[in-house]
Amino acid sequence: MEQTLKPLAGQSEQSGSDEEGRPVVPCWSCQGPVGEGSLFCSTCKAVQPPGQLDHFARFGLPAEYDLESAVLDRHYFDCQRMLHPDRFAMRTPKERALSQQQSVCVNEAYETLKDPLKRADYLVHLRGAGVLPEGCTLVNDQELLTESMELREALADAESLEDVDALDQRATDDIRYCIDALSDVFRTDDLEGACRLTTRLKYLRKLSEECRHHRAKMDKRE
Amino acid sequence: MQIMQIHEPGETPLPHEGDGVIAVGIDLGTTNSVVAISSDGVAEVLRNEDGSGLVPSVVAYAPDGSAFVGELARRLMLDRPDAVVSSVKRLMGRGVEDIKSLAGTLPYDVDKSGGEGSGMVRLSVAGQRLTPVEISAEILTALKERAEVHLGQKVEKAVVTVPAYFDDSARTATKDAARLAGLEVLRLVNEPTAAALAYGLDESAEGVYAVYDLGGGTFDVSILKMQKGVFQVLATGGDSALGGDDFDHAVAEHFLAERAADRGTETMTSADVKMALMSARLAKECLSRQESGQWTLDIDDQQTFHDLDRARLETLIAPLVDRTLGVCRGVLDDAGVASQDIAGVVLVGGSTRVPLVRQRVAALFGKEPLAHIDPDEVVAVGAALQAEALTVGSDTLLLDVTPLSLGIETMGGLVEKIVERNTPVPVSKGQEFTTFQDGQAAMSIHVVQGERELVDQCRSLARFELHGIPPMTAGAARIQVGFAVDADGLLTVTAREQTTGVEQTVEVKPSYGLTEDEMAAMLYDSMMHAQDDMNRRLLAEARVEAERSLSAVAAALQADADLLAAEEQEEIVETMKRLEAAGAREDRDAINAGVEDLERVTRAFAERRMDRGIRSALHGVDVREFESAAEPADGVDTDQPKT
Repeated sequence: MEQTLKPLAGQSEQSGSDEEGRPVVPCWSCQGPVGEGSLFCSTCKAVQPPGQLDHFARFGLPAEYDLESAVLDRHYFDCQRMLHPDRFAMRTPKERALSQQQSVCVNEAYETLKDPLKRADYLVHLRGAGVLPEGCTLVNDQELLTESMELREALADAESLEDVDALDQRATDDIRYCIDALSDVFRTDDLEGACRLTTRLKYLRKLSEECRHHRAKMDKRE
Repeated sequence: MQIMQIHEPGETPLPHEGDGVIAVGIDLGTTNSVVAISSDGVAEVLRNEDGSGLVPSVVAYAPDGSAFVGELARRLMLDRPDAVVSSVKRLMGRGVEDIKSLAGTLPYDVDKSGGEGSGMVRLSVAGQRLTPVEISAEILTALKERAEVHLGQKVEKAVVTVPAYFDDSARTATKDAARLAGLEVLRLVNEPTAAALAYGLDESAEGVYAVYDLGGGTFDVSILKMQKGVFQVLATGGDSALGGDDFDHAVAEHFLAERAADRGTETMTSADVKMALMSARLAKECLSRQESGQWTLDIDDQQTFHDLDRARLETLIAPLVDRTLGVCRGVLDDAGVASQDIAGVVLVGGSTRVPLVRQRVAALFGKEPLAHIDPDEVVAVGAALQAEALTVGSDTLLLDVTPLSLGIETMGGLVEKIVERNTPVPVSKGQEFTTFQDGQAAMSIHVVQGERELVDQCRSLARFELHGIPPMTAGAARIQVGFAVDADGLLTVTAREQTTGVEQTVEVKPSYGLTEDEMAAMLYDSMMHAQDDMNRRLLAEARVEAERSLSAVAAALQADADLLAAEEQEEIVETMKRLEAAGAREDRDAINAGVEDLERVTRAFAERRMDRGIRSALHGVDVREFESAAEPADGVDTDQPKT
């Protein structure tokens, strides 16, 4: 099966030179030079081990919060079309193993970026590495704590399906608000704001999930 | 001077392993199995003289131990019940403990002695103790033979389908059964995904689809997004012990209750139970077409007659159908899709012929389901298409997920999930754990699969111990547990202690799988030609490796031949020719030696190429352009012919 080269994840079309200035390493198959992190050897076309790339770079996407799911899907499918183990079923064991490693990395990147919460968490770490070592789990926001406690109490006290639905609706609305707000704060590079919103988003997700459990329990009782 | 002919990868004159390799698609079903083959994107179900593509998944054993499979075996079910096995798929990957809950509902005698070796269930059939793996291997062998007769050549590779909801041990058992039958499994594909592939290509469908697959013994539902040849599973769910067999049971119990009311309690032999189940099945099938009928139970030469109409049948099976709908709602929720967003519902499996099932599914999704590809054959068609895609190549791509969460037991019998359900595969995840006692030297790792929070409510897949943890205070050790699920949905667990650099990696086989020794013994028993098969496989592997090596060097020569002196190049070309010649022969050692030779004679060439690569990376230009004109690189003649 012929693997077509695409300028994805910064591939070099020229043998031996790497446009992104990445170190040149020997290709495991033809022993010639290949830019570290290239998907395929530019000379012999053999699949290469996955490099240390951030999740955005793996898809050749800019490291920004705004990301349309259709765009992400397209990049994801393009990568898997080239790298999925199904494309290497008749190849050598080494190539099959490398394609699996590549495919694992692509899946991990996709799973992280497609979810607005995981994407926010990841981007905060990516941009604020060293700045906010505690990440987005630090609870120092009194307002947020109060809100979260109130909502949980309300859920515990909920007696009818309508009560649960109302709470879930509120959580869903707030989740949407958080995602919009995250887009703004990331654009202005307000990492502290991003951190606070990400934490809030985590709470709201949890609440929404608990609403669903609660509803399932009520359904069973009926 | 013609240096050498440059072949595109895959076009070397070696006997190419992709040429003439036939891979079939197999749907190994609870009730029936089907084999199909695809060429140029058109799949054909392989049929017998009567035009039937269905091979009943029934195996009968003759007194001499030989087995036969299919319609003939099915007909023997009533006459020689002790020598015939059906619905063995329900036991794949099950342990003796697992099936205690099913006791009395299974149409065969389970050997309860447990015995030596793995915890896998064994059945007593015609005086033999057989594992479900061996019995399934007979079915696969029959399908393989059907394909070989049809094609007039040997078939050694297959795509085999499994219920999406099959757990790790059931998948491993299926793969082992294929190995026993002399088939290399190119991929295990989930049944609903295979069905979607068959429909998607047929309809060039786009959008979000649901596949509702109710077979003889298993139920699956998957939600897939289809776009531009990509079949992306968003979520999957099911019940690996729910199917048409359970409908039969409900009906049989009804008949037997009527009989008991009439004649009092009788003792039943397993033959009687099989008979009652057959009548029940007949009644169920008839009532899909007609409104009512009468059926007979003939036990102890005492006949009783039982009237049943469709309405009564539907009352009997409604709780079972409702269970499937509950699963559908959960999967829609997991996929984050509302039922009105579903563009179409595909029906798969013989049990979807039951009118009540169709009505309820149509009501849930708000549209008439699609069933124009025979629901008994659609999975095999999809498997054949995928088999062709894997061997010949294709523009389509299947992206599947793990059906069940995978985790390990932590303190207090709780489950720590490591891979959540509906994660795209292949996936690899790790988590760190630590010791809880000073100087703790070993750690026991219990791998489980399932959605519940308590270990006891999940399925135990494997237990193993990590030894040799260096003495440390409690909490100081850092033990990285890694879970890797491959594209077949099979799990490998590794564990290593990281702080001290002492590493120990343990690969896990499922508790209810066969041990390597058992597998080896079965291979030895079942195949006189096991050694031949192994040799042939190793030869094929050596050829694939030779081909890779040749095309890599050919590509390198095309790019950088100017780095070589004439005699150096000649040596390489000669070595390549020798390897090509070796590849055309059957001597595996000669091929492997040829690959090593080629690696040796190209070592200096590789160094020069790296050298040039690094220099050009430093200068940011391709130095090759002027290098050959300006100065000879490493003593290479400048009047080298360039490729």
